[in-house]
Amino acid sequence: MQEEAYQVKLDNIFEGPMDLLVHLIKKHEVDIYDIPIAMITDQYLKYLQWMESMNIDVAGDFIVMAATLTQIKSKMLLPIHENEDDQEDPRLQIARPLAEYLQMKSAAERLAARDLLGENIFARNPDQEELLAGRQDEILKLGLFELIDAFQQILKKISPDDKVRIAADSISVKNRISQLVDIFESRESVTFEELFPAGAVKSEVIVTFLAVLEMVRLSLVRIVQHVQTGVIRLFYI
Amino acid sequence: MEDIKYIIESLLFVSESPLTVNRIQKVLGHDDTKEIHEALTALAAEYEARKGGFLLREVAGGYQIRSRPEYREWIKRLIQRTPLRLSKAALETLAIIAYKQPAIRSDIEHIRGVDCGGILRMLLERKLIRILGRKQIPGRPLIYSTTKQFLEVFDLKDLKDLPTPDEIESLGNSFSEMPD
Repeated sequence: MQEEAYQVKLDNIFEGPMDLLVHLIKKHEVDIYDIPIAMITDQYLKYLQWMESMNIDVAGDFIVMAATLTQIKSKMLLPIHENEDDQEDPRLQIARPLAEYLQMKSAAERLAARDLLGENIFARNPDQEELLAGRQDEILKLGLFELIDAFQQILKKISPDDKVRIAADSISVKNRISQLVDIFESRESVTFEELFPAGAVKSEVIVTFLAVLEMVRLSLVRIVQHVQTGVIRLFYI
Repeated sequence: MEDIKYIIESLLFVSESPLTVNRIQKVLGHDDTKEIHEALTALAAEYEARKGGFLLREVAGGYQIRSRPEYREWIKRLIQRTPLRLSKAALETLAIIAYKQPAIRSDIEHIRGVDCGGILRMLLERKLIRILGRKQIPGRPLIYSTTKQFLEVFDLKDLKDLPTPDEIESLGNSFSEMPD
């Protein structure tokens, strides 16, 4: 193992254990499928010590990785029996996730190198959000009870004949959310009433309402009511 | 033929978002999409030959007139807009969702080895990713996927247009060559 002078660079704070491992592997130019595990483990632990001495909070993730590396190192020391053909190299435990992480890192770099909208390339009307932001003075945020009132209005509109119908394959709340998201993706905002088409069956109406509630809980939509007209609108956040 | 080309050009000029061939077809009341495709190709070629301030790009399943990247500095002087500026961590998270979607948080954190909660929230706010629902496994985690906005921002036709990530071979021998 080579002795190295320890240089402290402040711009070199690692985001996570994988980041640190990638740094060590690149620095020593080692093959990820043939990691000199003793050396890398040693270096890794030195970094942890250094980070602790610099008063950087070493998160639990770093400790878990240290334990994994140490475990692999000790496994490597055990003799391999000839008859155990299916025994894989213990280093694969770390090589596989590393390979995947490096692949995603390269994917991220390639994405960043594209002609980003608003960065390298521009479309007309780039500031739609600013235009929308200027129009918010006349609306107020809506409480749950107003929403339930509005829902009851819609339930009243459903003809009584529908009340006994049993829907064989009704749509799930989850699927309805996905449908609603599609609507919002294309429209930005929808009125509450539009979500409930006139001929809708009661079960559908209820599923839609549950979907709206769930979406509010997940902060997917913002619900507002216009002061004068009383129209309730849902905005996709 | 000439006519259609310029009608389409005018539609592209006023449209705020990428225009799909389908939409153009409806506006024109035309049955034949072949002519529309030809007109779009012809327009793209014209802009390319002219090397002017804009070009025609195929993004998010539609077509959009966009400024030529070379002139970005000038446009930035015109419109003061906070740029996208995604951190390395945010880009990695976004890449994982883009390539592995539909993805749940633990998939992402498994690959990156760190907590991604804050980054996911930020990506949701910027509408680069969306929630598809919940996975029916213990804890019912949220399922994430990328949005149309993501395609628009990263100048991608569709998800198949994503660049192929590097194979890891550049970093060493492949699996099969490993000694037993």
